Order: sequence, then C-alpha cells, then structure tokens
Amino acid sequence: MALPSYAGPGEIVWYYSYRVVCGLIFVFLIMPILVVIPLSFNAVPFFTFTPEMLSFDPAGYSLRWYKDFWNNPQWIHSLQNSFIIAIFSTILSTSLGTLAALGLSKPYTPYKAVIMGLLISPMIVPLIISATGMFFFYTSIGLAQTHLGIILAHTALGTPFVVITVTATLVGFDQSLIRAAQNLGASPPTVFFKIIMPLILPGVISGGLFAFITSFDEVVVVLFLADFDQRTIPLQMFSGLREQISPTILAVATILVLISIALLTTVELLRRRSERLRGMSPQ
Amino acid sequence: MAEATVDQSDIMRTADGTPLKVSIGRAMRRNKLIAMGLIAPLLIFILFSFLIPIVDMSLRSVDNSIIPRILPNTIVALETWDGQDLPPEEAFAALAADMTAGRESREIGKVATRLNYEVSGMRGAVMGTSRKISKVKEGPYKEALIKSNKAWGEQDTWLLLKRLSGKYTFGFYLNAVDMKYDVQGDIIAQPDFRQIYVDLFIRTLWMSLLITGMTILLGYPIAHLMATLPLRYSNLLMIMVLLPFWTSLLVRTTAWIVVLQSNGVLNDILVWVGLVADDARPQMVYNQIGTIVAMTHILLPFMVLPLYSVMKTIPPTYMRAARSLGANQFTAFVRVYMPQTVAGIGAGSILVFILAIGYYITPELVGGTSGTLISNQIAYHMQSSLNWSLAAALGAILLGTVVALYFIYNHIVGIDNMKLG
Repeated sequence: MALPSYAGPGEIVWYYSYRVVCGLIFVFLIMPILVVIPLSFNAVPFFTFTPEMLSFDPAGYSLRWYKDFWNNPQWIHSLQNSFIIAIFSTILSTSLGTLAALGLSKPYTPYKAVIMGLLISPMIVPLIISATGMFFFYTSIGLAQTHLGIILAHTALGTPFVVITVTATLVGFDQSLIRAAQNLGASPPTVFFKIIMPLILPGVISGGLFAFITSFDEVVVVLFLADFDQRTIPLQMFSGLREQISPTILAVATILVLISIALLTTVELLRRRSERLRGMSPQ
Repeated sequence: MAEATVDQSDIMRTADGTPLKVSIGRAMRRNKLIAMGLIAPLLIFILFSFLIPIVDMSLRSVDNSIIPRILPNTIVALETWDGQDLPPEEAFAALAADMTAGRESREIGKVATRLNYEVSGMRGAVMGTSRKISKVKEGPYKEALIKSNKAWGEQDTWLLLKRLSGKYTFGFYLNAVDMKYDVQGDIIAQPDFRQIYVDLFIRTLWMSLLITGMTILLGYPIAHLMATLPLRYSNLLMIMVLLPFWTSLLVRTTAWIVVLQSNGVLNDILVWVGLVADDARPQMVYNQIGTIVAMTHILLPFMVLPLYSVMKTIPPTYMRAARSLGANQFTAFVRVYMPQTVAGIGAGSILVFILAIGYYITPELVGGTSGTLISNQIAYHMQSSLNWSLAAALGAILLGTVVALYFIYNHIVGIDNMKLG
C-alpha cells in the first residue's frame, strides 16, 4: 500500500499518522515481553531499571537470578515436571488427534459437525470449569495428584489443536493418492506411513507443538490436580507471583520466552514449507 | 408386477452380479466404519475424561443428597409434620439418633456445613448438639435437644430441615443469582450485604465486552496494515503478533505487573518525563485497569489472526475502483472495504469474548479485588470456602453462556475454519 502519486496533503498526513499508530500498537504487543529480558539481569532485587542499568554500567547487571533458579531444587524439579508432562501429553494428543482428523476428513463420515464440535470443546470450555470437572473426576478414580492424571488432563486440552491443524492440512490432501497406492498393492499401514504421513507431517508437527505449549503453559488444571510433587513451572510462577515476588521469576520468564521463540520459528518454517509445497501442487 | 420384472432386468450390476446399489452401499458402509474407527479412540477419550466430568460437575449444582443420606430418620419423621408449632417427640428422637450415628461415621460435619449455607450459625448448633446428644441415652429428647441448643426450639430450624429433605435442590442456582428460599420455601432476595454474584456477572460481561472492543480497536489497524503490505514486511510484522501468542500466559502477566506496578517501568517513565509527581504515582495494576490492559494484550492475537485472514482475501483493486469512481479515501474505506471485513470482526469478537468471559489466571494475578471475574469466584468456592455446589451452579451458568456463544460462532464461522497462526 504505497502512497499513490496523486495523494493530497491530507492523505499524506493520514498515511503517516496511520503508520505511527500501527507502530505504537506493535510496541504495545511486543514491549512487555522485551522489557522482562533485560530486567532479569538486574543486580538488585527490584522490578525496575536501576540507574546503573540505564547507564550500561556492568555492575548493574548480574546473573544472580539465573543462578538462583539453577540452584533452587524446587524450580529444577518443576522444570522436569513441566517437560515430562508436556512431552507425554503431546505424544498422546498428537496420535489420538491425528487419527481422528484422518477419520473426519473422509468424505462420507456421518455426524461430522457434531463430532467436530465435541472434539473441539476442550478448547472452548473455560479452563476453570474444565479444571473443576476434572478435579472431581480424577479424584474419584484416584488419579488426582499423580503425573498420569495431569498428563491425561493435558492430553484432553491439547487434542483440539491437533485436530484443527491436521484437518486444515488434509483439506489440500488428494484422496486419490490413497486409492492409487492401494491399487498398486500397498497395505493400509504402508499407505499410512509411506503416503499419508509424509504429506501431512507439517500439520502434525505444528499441531503437536500447539499441544506441547498448551500443556507446558497450563496452570489452572495443574492448580487443581497437582500436589507438591507435580508442581510445574507455570504453577511455581503463579504461586510465586501471589506470594513472594522475586526477580527469579523474571529469569524463568526469559527462559520461557526463548523456548517460545524456538517453537514459533519451527511452526513458521513448517507453515511456509507446506504453503510452498501446496503452491506447487496442481490445485 | 410387469413393472417390477422390467426393473429386475434393467438394474445395473457389478461383475459378480450383485446390484450396483447394494455394492456401493456396502463399500460406503465399510468406509464409514473405517472413518468412525479412526475417530472413536479420541471421541471416547474426550467423552470419558472431559465431557462426562463436566456434566457430572454441573449435576452437583442441584445435588442435595447430604441431608437425606445422613439424617434419614429425621426426614421420615418430619414427613407427617404439618409445619405448625414444633414437630412431635418422634422427630426429636429421630434427629438425636441420626446425629449420634452421624457423629460415629464422622459425617455430621457435612450436615453442619450444608445447613450453615442456608442459615449462618447452624454449623455451631449442629456440631455442639451432636457432641452433647450422643451422651443422652434416653428421652424425652425434645427437652435435651432444646437445652443443648435453642435453635432446636425454633420452628424455622425444623421448617428448614423439612425443606431440605428432597434429593435435589434449586437453591444453589438461586444463591448464584443473589436469591434464596425463605423459611416458607418462597423465593426472596438475599440481604444486601450478600448480594455479590449478579454484580459480578454484570462486571464479567461488561469487562469482556470492553476487552473485545479494545481488541477490535487495536487489532483492526494492524491487521489492515499487514494485509496491504508486501508479503516480506507483513511476515515480519506477523511474527510480532505471533510471539506474544506463543509466549507463556504467566510470562505476559508477569511482564504487565513489572510494567504497570507503582514502582514499575511505565510509572518510572511517567515520573521521569514529568507527567506525574513522584509521590502521586497512579495505581495501574491490582485493579480493573490492570485486568483490562493485560487481557487486551493477551487476547489481541485472537482478534488479529481472523481479521487478517479475511482482509487478505479482499482484492486491492476494489479500493482503487471505488477511488476512480469518485469516492474519497474515507468513503471508499467505509462503504467498500469495511463491509467486507464484518465476517472477520464477528469471528474475532466471539472468539475473544468467549475466551475473556472465562478467564481466571490473569484477573487473579493483576485484578486485585475490583478486577476479578466470575471465574475467580468459582475458584474461591472450590478452594477456600469449599461450597462446591455453589461453585458448580456458578460454573454451570458460565458454561451455558459460553456454549451458547460457541453455537453462534460455529454457525457463523464454522469451527473448522478457525485459524491458528
């Protein structure tokens, strides 16, 4: 949307002020996340920039909050828990969600809309309600305050993302490829692993990453289901913010921002790859 | 008859002689079965681990089994009582027996808590009486009970027990909308100081609406900019939208506490610029402002993404055509461009509103007392007051609202068109 050559003075003013407003909105979006990063290197336990930091005096910066994080067994234990729970629930929700998306994309599946609505519901129901329901249910079957219980709960919360992304990938999937493979004598598992899987893999991976971040970032269900042994990073941050607020939280926040940048980059690369591939296909 | 014979010979058949229709039907049924087989594992998993627990939780809001289960004899004895004066000696004897049994099974505390929801002070009455009455071995129980606590000499207490004899109650829903049953069983308003939920529901609704409006206000310009810029710039800007989307909720909430608190970054800047005095720093977090700012930031990507995907499909030639037909920039934008983005605004708004109305973590951390929403009250009843039935009733009302909005969303947008990054 370059400025056309026939633009009058009013339009020129409007054009630049519009860009400035957009710039401010982008600052609003990104600034809070960027502010956290330098503050996590603060040498004193304050949540604001000290004069030393502003004059770039090395004495104003330190790694003490990162050391504090690393030497605190509670934080390390919650980091381990977060990864264990997120990895297992990702594996479960990716496999269940991919199978369901394959079924949903078949042309003659009955009650498609109803089934889709039910499968997506964990994403729509407010977390506090899901957490309440799951608290009663997992307590009654003895899975509350176990890792397995939280993994299963997070699996349920993660599957909608897998179903949505894989279904979206399958929209561009040519079903006649399956018939061609069967015609050439491939067994159903061969068709799945040699034909379907390579084509939908980008969708499966981005769905899996969504499921991972959902579990890795989830607090409410953990708050209701976890005992001291199952504390995760978000829960530790949540109780930290409620009780004694320490800059260690900022160090953890910085680490989490780096993790999300890594995940975002992966998803973006996958999305561009599949867009490129789709652009090359005859449709 | 003749017609049927003609049909028989004309029918299309496959190579082995079965009619084509039957054969296709068979193949279709097989395909359907395969599709259902693929969906079944997840559907069953979601059904048992998610949907049934939620239905079960909702049923707790009408559940009243505690009184009939722990005080069975009392309930039977009260059946014949006409509600005049005090009940007969049998009812007192039955209550004494139930309380003694309840004390042995350690369940009398539940009765005490349950009755305390209706009339405050009943917890002490029940617990104290159950302790004393277990030592009384023979009647008359009437005098013994009234002596241990004078609540048993009041007709209202017995009317309360009689009213709570059913297995189900609608009372928690009444409590959730600031009403209750009086002793006669009529519906009346709660006393003023206990009226909090209607106000809270209204606050949740208007704050969610305000947040939705803010995300439209902030999301529309940047979505438009991204949709009209060349792809290599818009991809860069898209990353700035997606990074907050992928960043942990806790990180973003922490960031807003850091930015907004009274010794925080924003206040420091304001003081440094000279806009506010050092001793008059405005309170911007732990109140409604904190909740609104942080939630607008957190939910903004959910507005930008659907808007962007709709705007991307509008050909730039439309605007140029409108301009060449004599419309000025403003008219062209309002009359030609905006009507085409209404679908995107609708999709984004419902999505943001659904997410906002059930938000818990952010209001809990930055909302103080004036910026909390209905979810925080549900969590409070689940974790602190332990009035789970009231939590379930509040939750069921919230759930009903969200499900209704979800149906509208599904109808307008179609859930399979939802965009995720």
